[in-house]
Amino acid sequence: MAKKNKGEGYLSAKEIRAISRANRKITGEMEKKWKRKNVPESEYLTTMRDPANAVEFDDLHSYFFTDAGTVKSVDGVSFDVPIGKTVGVVGESGCGKSVTSLSLMQLLQRPQGQIVSGHIRLNLGDKAYDIACTPQETMQKIRGNAVSMIFQEPMTSLNPVFRIGDQVDEVIELHDGEGKTKEEIRKRTIESLEMVGIANSEGVANMFPHELSGGMRQRVMIAMALACSPKIIIADEPTTALDVTIQAQILDLLRKLKDRIRSSIMLITHDLGVIAEMADYIVVMYAGRIVEKGTAEDIFYHPSHPYTIGLMESKPVVGREVKELYSIPGKVPNPINMPDYCYFRDRCEKRLSCCNGEYPCEISLSETHKVSCYLYDERFADLVREKGKENGSQSEEGGNA
Amino acid sequence: MMAGQLDYDPSNILVVRNLKKYFPIKGGMMNRVIGQVKAVDGVTFHLKRGTTMGLVGESGCGKTTTGRTILRLAGEKTEGDVLFNGREVYDLTKAELRAARTKMQIIFQDPFSSLSPRLPVGEIIGEAVREHNLIPQAEYEDYLDKVMDECGLQPFHKTRYPHEFSGGQRQRICIARALALNPQFVVCDEPVSALDVSIQAQIINLLKKLQEQRSLSYLFISHDLSVVEHISDSVGVMYLGSLVEYGDKKDIFAHPLHPYTQALFSAIPMPDPNARMNRIVLEGSIPSPANPPTGCKFHTRCKYCTEKCKTEPPVQKEVEKGHFVVCHLYD
Repeated sequence: MAKKNKGEGYLSAKEIRAISRANRKITGEMEKKWKRKNVPESEYLTTMRDPANAVEFDDLHSYFFTDAGTVKSVDGVSFDVPIGKTVGVVGESGCGKSVTSLSLMQLLQRPQGQIVSGHIRLNLGDKAYDIACTPQETMQKIRGNAVSMIFQEPMTSLNPVFRIGDQVDEVIELHDGEGKTKEEIRKRTIESLEMVGIANSEGVANMFPHELSGGMRQRVMIAMALACSPKIIIADEPTTALDVTIQAQILDLLRKLKDRIRSSIMLITHDLGVIAEMADYIVVMYAGRIVEKGTAEDIFYHPSHPYTIGLMESKPVVGREVKELYSIPGKVPNPINMPDYCYFRDRCEKRLSCCNGEYPCEISLSETHKVSCYLYDERFADLVREKGKENGSQSEEGGNA
Repeated sequence: MMAGQLDYDPSNILVVRNLKKYFPIKGGMMNRVIGQVKAVDGVTFHLKRGTTMGLVGESGCGKTTTGRTILRLAGEKTEGDVLFNGREVYDLTKAELRAARTKMQIIFQDPFSSLSPRLPVGEIIGEAVREHNLIPQAEYEDYLDKVMDECGLQPFHKTRYPHEFSGGQRQRICIARALALNPQFVVCDEPVSALDVSIQAQIINLLKKLQEQRSLSYLFISHDLSVVEHISDSVGVMYLGSLVEYGDKKDIFAHPLHPYTQALFSAIPMPDPNARMNRIVLEGSIPSPANPPTGCKFHTRCKYCTEKCKTEPPVQKEVEKGHFVVCHLYD
């Protein structure tokens, strides 16, 4: 396919045209389905597997159809967000954690980005929606109302040409504004700004975003997200752009508000410290798949997947002195041509001969703790033991030499 | 004053004394100067040869401006001394400064905007080497290969352009560019804050390795306290343009003295779900550097604030050997 002298991954103009034609055909059909009007409810209403969950991701696949090939950003992700709990999603950039959350909001960059298969079941109390097949029309009512999102960059997520009050007003007017006068809406705005701890809320409502500091802007973002008391809040790196002292304030605020409006948080971050502080359950993602999930205690006290272990060791911790930080060798595989074996195999220091086989399935270590790695597969327990012995004898030899 | 004597101690590569840098605010009629932003307002420290000093603080506290002012990259200083190898940086003539530039370099925060998109990597790294005639023409290519190899880059990367590289690789290019001139002192301005955790570890290890090989001195500016603790020998904590506490890393992290340092350290999230936090939450936000509070700058947010703090600015005191703090609590 690729010409030798052009290097690996080279595509000729002809090939690119063929790919994009095929892509247009696939995405065109999906778009049509998504834009239909007056879809019967039976098509997207479903029942929750467990009514105590706010959201259930079930074998979700979200792909991007690009001209260079299909990028499988989320490739079979399943996890639950229980009502009233915080679930943390950790992983490096490009591992698909943001795409997972954007799928829940149906905010993927269309038409290239599409939910290809799987289900996202959203529990709204009396009804349960399957976001994966909800059409555009219905989704607009859910988005912002039942599910809302706090974005990473408070500097760029607010509109610089509108006053803060007007921007928060808009959210309330669109989602909860039926039969309300402008004054009532403004009153709600002021209340929600007060709720996030902005002291001079009426003054701030008349300000423009550039007049506020980073921490204050993030508070405004949170106020906008929580204005309609959503059932689930997606916080996409809410404190990455902030200082530690402000970060502490914002995390504290999020925790308090979550309890006050009884919603669940899906917290996306690469900061393990933040996750440990906030999350009840943790999901570790790598290259579009979940490699490990469990409660916070499971993940932090018994990290099992080699990637999780590597991630923990590569972060310097105050009070723990190490001479050299551990760094995971190699890099993430090319997202267009994912290997058919375990995606982490080439970077893994504990790989076994069975790792050349197909992608490992999920193995339960305890009721809550699940890991996708052959190291914990009973079928290959012998191999693991052998490998352990080998390593042991090697280090002995090394010692003798 | 701590490094107060004017005589030159050759073990210090850098001595900074009461450094101030104000930026004018212009406005009103005729565009007059109507105020000053006191970005750096009295910073005093010294850096031993071959060691790393970490500079921490919230955003907007003047860490970056301090780094730039030391390198004479931010125009004229307002007050104070910057002695590099015993010579005042701001007294150097144009030719002397040009020569001194090869000895002091900077690595910028954002590897995405600090590399020219129109130059191939070889040119980015080698341009200054050629300009300064550091290496004979014949050895130039070999020298580039050597520098790139040390920084974990391959020789064939030379003809590529920055957009072809990932964030971590770009930061390596920035490091190679700084080190190609064989400097003695490098200001690292948040070199890892734009990178992922696992890439962060690679870059930190690289910086440490290069420091051992070349006995470099770093001024490591960062807001990530755990990274600073890992890489630094001494640590300075800045608040609103001034250094509030400064000393050996072990002293500072084991028993922080200044109330601001205590609050800052208590806010570090620990990767342990059951860690008990005695968090000191600072109310409000950092005051404007254009109109800093009178007396101690921290008094508006300090829980130990007394009448004296509101009027009288504290001075730097050595509480224990090599551990300096600017606070009235230790008078």
